[in-house]
Amino acid sequence: MIGIVGYGGYIPRFRIKVEEIASVWNADAKAIKSGLNIEEKSVPSMDEDTATIAVEAALNALKMAEIDPKEIGAIYVGSESHPYAVKPTATIVGEAIGCGAEFTAADTEFACKAGTAGIQMVMGLIEGGYIKFGLAIGSDTAQSKPGDALEYTASAGGAAFILGKNNVIGEIEGTFSFSSDTPDFWRRDGIEYPSHGGRFTGIPAYFKHVVSATQGLMKKLGLKSSDFDHVVFHMPNGKFPINAAKMLGFDLEKLKAGFVVSKIGNTYSASSLLGLAAILDVAKPGQRILITSYGSGAGSDAFSIKVTDLVEEKRKKTKKIQDYIDDKEYVTYAHYTRLRRGI
Amino acid sequence: MKVAVIGIGVTKFGEHWDKNLRELAIEAGAKAIMDANIRGSDIDAIYLGNMSAGRFVGQEHVAALVSGELGLSIPAVRVEGACASGGIALREGIFSILSGQNDIVLVGGAEKMTDLMTDGVTTALMGAADQEWEAYYGLTFPSLYAMIARRHMFEFGTTREQMAKVAVKNHHNGSLNPIAQFNKEITVEEVLNSTMVADPLTLLDCSPITDGAAALILCKAELAKKYTDDPVYIIGSGQASDTLALHDRRSLTTLDATVKAAREAYKQAGITVKDIDVAEVHDCFTIAEIVATEDLGFCKKGEGGKLIDEGATELNGRIPINTSGGLKAVGHPVGATGIKQAVEIVLQLRGQAEKRQVKDANIGLTHNVGGSGATAVVHIFSR
Amino acid sequence: MGHESSVPLFWRLIKPRYQLIGTKCTSCGNVFYPPKFLCPVCRKEGKLEEIKLRKTGKILTFSIIRSAPAGFEKETPYPVAIIELDDGPKLTSQIVDYKEEDLKIGRRVEACFRRIYTDGKEGIINYGLKFRPA
Repeated sequence: MIGIVGYGGYIPRFRIKVEEIASVWNADAKAIKSGLNIEEKSVPSMDEDTATIAVEAALNALKMAEIDPKEIGAIYVGSESHPYAVKPTATIVGEAIGCGAEFTAADTEFACKAGTAGIQMVMGLIEGGYIKFGLAIGSDTAQSKPGDALEYTASAGGAAFILGKNNVIGEIEGTFSFSSDTPDFWRRDGIEYPSHGGRFTGIPAYFKHVVSATQGLMKKLGLKSSDFDHVVFHMPNGKFPINAAKMLGFDLEKLKAGFVVSKIGNTYSASSLLGLAAILDVAKPGQRILITSYGSGAGSDAFSIKVTDLVEEKRKKTKKIQDYIDDKEYVTYAHYTRLRRGI
Repeated sequence: MKVAVIGIGVTKFGEHWDKNLRELAIEAGAKAIMDANIRGSDIDAIYLGNMSAGRFVGQEHVAALVSGELGLSIPAVRVEGACASGGIALREGIFSILSGQNDIVLVGGAEKMTDLMTDGVTTALMGAADQEWEAYYGLTFPSLYAMIARRHMFEFGTTREQMAKVAVKNHHNGSLNPIAQFNKEITVEEVLNSTMVADPLTLLDCSPITDGAAALILCKAELAKKYTDDPVYIIGSGQASDTLALHDRRSLTTLDATVKAAREAYKQAGITVKDIDVAEVHDCFTIAEIVATEDLGFCKKGEGGKLIDEGATELNGRIPINTSGGLKAVGHPVGATGIKQAVEIVLQLRGQAEKRQVKDANIGLTHNVGGSGATAVVHIFSR
Repeated sequence: MGHESSVPLFWRLIKPRYQLIGTKCTSCGNVFYPPKFLCPVCRKEGKLEEIKLRKTGKILTFSIIRSAPAGFEKETPYPVAIIELDDGPKLTSQIVDYKEEDLKIGRRVEACFRRIYTDGKEGIINYGLKFRPA
């Protein structure tokens, strides 16, 4: 069965606290913190972008997979902040991790679910017998308009998954997607910051798609909420995934292991995947994990993953998500503004 | 070997807002021709040291430019070895005479740097380092020498105060030199407290951006007395190379090229370092003078800081170094520096160095470095 | 730097710069990075082959650049260092993700993938390896 051969994450070191951003806009930090259920978010360094983050995550995944990178037959990098509008991030990753040249590659874009879309593409290629291993990455350095509500959450991070058929640490039991044309969040070409539909991003957008995809997956696989030991939903803030879990009848404890949002913010294409990586860092063999992504515009991809015995040995080989969360340095809003302009 | 210097010429060094490259070069050349008491038509060839006219003013082909401006149609050759361009132009001029091809040659060095904005100059100068493996990563020349300084401090306990004393000494000498860019004395505190450029080097540890030109008239030794009663002779010339990139070198605190060039020059001249009365060494940064005094043999490796502390390199010291004020105070128009060093030594040996005159100066040395040490050239002068 | 350099100038060095690929002389056993085209020890008797170097090493010396060349102004102050790789060769690069006490001779570092500079607003983005405390 297709599964995860190796995974790796990367989170930039800088953090900015909600209080620091709120103080600049004379906003009520306490209300924002409880409203969004978030404390701080990651901030990329001036010389970090989606490609550099994707490379770091991919190298971590390779360390765990212990395969010859030249055996990777496909690379997909999902992001809504690719460094080039035209020119793939995926080939930068391929060159940096030493994949040789015999691989297919493309960048995907579907707001925050571009990474999980890549996983599905890799699954298809492996299942069809076209490739042996495939690499799917979700990576973002999310932009937000200064002063916008998004500024408290839009952050940076990446997660990479190498899929294959042998020596897997987690078997992918199935995937199910739910998509519709629901413009709740967008950025027109050539425009610096995204726009969003405010409260419209909630019920008809995030919740409808996350719930439908999850229910569809469970129906397809004949599973019920109690069959899962860990659950992760896309984390645009610290409130939405909790509400989604409640709607779907999951015990909130199951969200805990993958709940990275309050300490790093919304890493967009990496959000649910970093949550999955954090779960795999602690999950026990035999446990079942549900991951459901969400991308505005809109769609959700849900996956059921069964953890194998190999997880305990293989996950020792690379840096854990919690290590990245703990290794941090706070910046002021002034420093944040300088970092955001990049080089 | 023996080749005579019968004429010297140098412009004021500094920010010549009103003068272009050709005017500076012609001014120095004309002064040298007049000093030698020859006619322009007596010159057989021109060797011009210039590092980067193409980057600084967009002009290449500058040797022919100078020849044309002088109204001559003789062979004119540009010589480039970064900041050692002047020193190696001198060496090529010497060889052209020793080969028997030429009797009298004009050797010059010229650089016009202030027509470019400072970040452009910083970038252009990095052309002397390894573009692909140093400059690519945002390195600058001050940072390369700062890394030498940091390592020298680590290995030998050299102090920031000792580096600052180099700047203080050279500014003192510069205050006595009418062509110097800086005529102002400075203190150790001023050096230490000036703007940090590349830790641990501050602004006053660095040579400045300068316009200027210098020229020499070289003549076959046997013909020298025809033109002057007191020719100065060049009796030794050594040059050596090392890797362009600092990181590729055997040592980060010794410029092997300097050691090798000096050894060759001493051997040719039939002297030892003890015979040298006065020296102009390549102090593009204060640490560079400390390292040079060691590599040339004026003191043991690691004791360059001590040498400064003892005052041995001051005007009245055991071995006066950079009596002109050096690159630090006279300024550093990169391609001109090697020739300006020779002008100062000739003045010293002629006894014309006025307030900077070293007593009984009979043998002098010039030491010119390109890049962070990839090229070094040493010349020995004698009365 | 403006958008003026030709792309191949950077493109041809992508592999050694991204992956830390150097050369090893099979005659004398010396390892070189940056990669060489001729073994400077054996010259014509030498034979060079590619070698992927380990991305770890230590700081031999360093500085902090306060006055930057064109294209790097936004980053000041930024530390640079000469690093001795565990496989032997020495190289020059920037130090990132550091605390002040990390800037010292002998500090162990590891390579990370970063932007080096961008060729103007419209030109290509140049990537490569910088080093962070390990």
